Amino acid sequence: MTCLPSSTEKKLGLVIDLDICVGCQACVVNCKEWNTAGYGAPLADSDPYGAHPTGAWLNRVHAFEAGEAAKARVVHFPKSCLHCDDAPCVTVCPTGASYKRQEDGIVLVNEDWCIGCGLCAWSCPYGAREMDPAEGVMKKCTLCIDRIYNTHLEEEDRVPACVRTCPTSARHFGDLNDPTSDVSMLVAERGGYDLMPEQDTKPVNKYLPPRPRPRHESEDVDLVSMAKKTTPKGFWKWLDQALDQLPG
Amino acid sequence: MRPAASLIIFTTLSGLGLGLTVLIGLGLLAATSPEWVIIHAAVSLGLIGVGVLSSTLHLGHPERAWRALSQWRSSWLSREGVMAALTTIVLAGYFLDHLISGQARPWLGIILSIMSLITIYSTAMIYASLKTIARWHHILTPVVFVVLALAGGCLLAAALEGLAGNPTIALSQWGIGMIAVASLIKILWWNLAGSKGSGSTPETATGLGALGKVRMIMPPHSEENWLQHEMGFVVARKHALRLAVIAFILAAIIPLLVLGLYPHSAALLVLAALVHLAGVIVERWLFFAEAKHTVTLYYGDQH
Ligand code: SF4
Ligand code: SF4
Ligand code: SF4
Repeated sequence: MTCLPSSTEKKLGLVIDLDICVGCQACVVNCKEWNTAGYGAPLADSDPYGAHPTGAWLNRVHAFEAGEAAKARVVHFPKSCLHCDDAPCVTVCPTGASYKRQEDGIVLVNEDWCIGCGLCAWSCPYGAREMDPAEGVMKKCTLCIDRIYNTHLEEEDRVPACVRTCPTSARHFGDLNDPTSDVSMLVAERGGYDLMPEQDTKPVNKYLPPRPRPRHESEDVDLVSMAKKTTPKGFWKWLDQALDQLPG
Repeated sequence: MRPAASLIIFTTLSGLGLGLTVLIGLGLLAATSPEWVIIHAAVSLGLIGVGVLSSTLHLGHPERAWRALSQWRSSWLSREGVMAALTTIVLAGYFLDHLISGQARPWLGIILSIMSLITIYSTAMIYASLKTIARWHHILTPVVFVVLALAGGCLLAAALEGLAGNPTIALSQWGIGMIAVASLIKILWWNLAGSKGSGSTPETATGLGALGKVRMIMPPHSEENWLQHEMGFVVARKHALRLAVIAFILAAIIPLLVLGLYPHSAALLVLAALVHLAGVIVERWLFFAEAKHTVTLYYGDQH
């Protein structure tokens, strides 16, 4: 049924730390790797070795620059389905293929029912759904539902593939409905926020903003004059002067 | 948004067929003999049928299309499917009843007209309900779809009446009125909906606005992906005004001239109906091509 549950018991989701993501794309690759063999049809590519390779991926890492001149910062920006509470992608689905689970809030596609109309992807503000080029059904992040509840896996592997693989731990997984969970505390402490709140989708996933830089880094500085002005201190001053004394 | 041929044909042909059905239901286009009942049935059912079939070409799994009838409680696409199916059944029943009993049943006609209007409205709401596409998410969008369908229906009805050999001036006058109303509403839509922003920006999309202006510096993939193919269509925007003028001339000016000056010429009325259809196709093409989706904010668009 594509009516949304009025509330969900848990709100499983991701918290993504934009302060430490280095844009290595490891989560992108591991997501593809896990999900091409897991839930639903394989995640297909078309023309993978040709001139214009393309394909369905569930997680993409963008890169933005924010701010001006010396204050500008490069921010690597991973984006996968945000498992919205008011998910428009669910209500527009004509077949009932798209649904949001009452027990944990995960938004999934039943690929046996999906007719591949694409309307859900049109209704998602974030571009979190992609059509499978081979199967003609809609693909999206499953929150690795076939890992997180999978008792065949070691305990530490029962987290999404992207979370498990991130070398900087920029992705965190947990229940955002539970204020005492690690992810909720992280969000509270770091001021985690929603993407495009004005679209009224109430995303479950949260983003942690880049931390403020140390003051000397965040001021507008003229590097050239700074280099000229540099005067060594202490031992270095002595060494500098001593070396100046040497002939040649 | 990419102007997919299947969706343009779907919305224009089924709109035209349903517009004609409204007039038939209201008794404005009377069939003078059983043959004409059959011709009216063939034209209206044919247009709706071809339109709906064309929409299934857009699907990854057309064989499962019946499933789309199930979620009418939440989905406009589902409602559209249900209404199109019901209207088609009632329309077929209406003609059959007319053939058997020898006369049209007015109360059934009224029901048919109302159902057709609801179907056209539902088609438009598939698009108008999408908050992600600011241009479409406007109260006038379904109005545009309805009045254009009615304008086309009047023209087609006038042409059919002309072909039957008894052109009455009434349908031509209805046609002139509807085309005038449709043009006004479409121009209004262009000005109101067309200039409306989504309210989202790269700053809200990334949440990085506190750091300053946000620019894309590196795309997440080297080749165009499905999202960009589907939602990042930009080719037509620079010709938008030119195409809008062409649509206006074809869909409104030429039909108005024919209806006003030659309301008794069957051949010209048929031509006018075809030219009008071509105009609405251009209009619908622009409807898609000019529409911008919020996802483009993640790919370098600034607003
Ligand atoms: S991010 Fe998009 S696909 Fe995911 S739940 Fe929200 S609207 Fe649906
Ligand atoms: S593409 Fe599939 S999941 Fe998406 S709206 Fe259509 S039927 Fe539903
Ligand atoms: S949770 Fe799983 S499916 Fe979703 S982005 Fe991470 S790896 Fe991909």
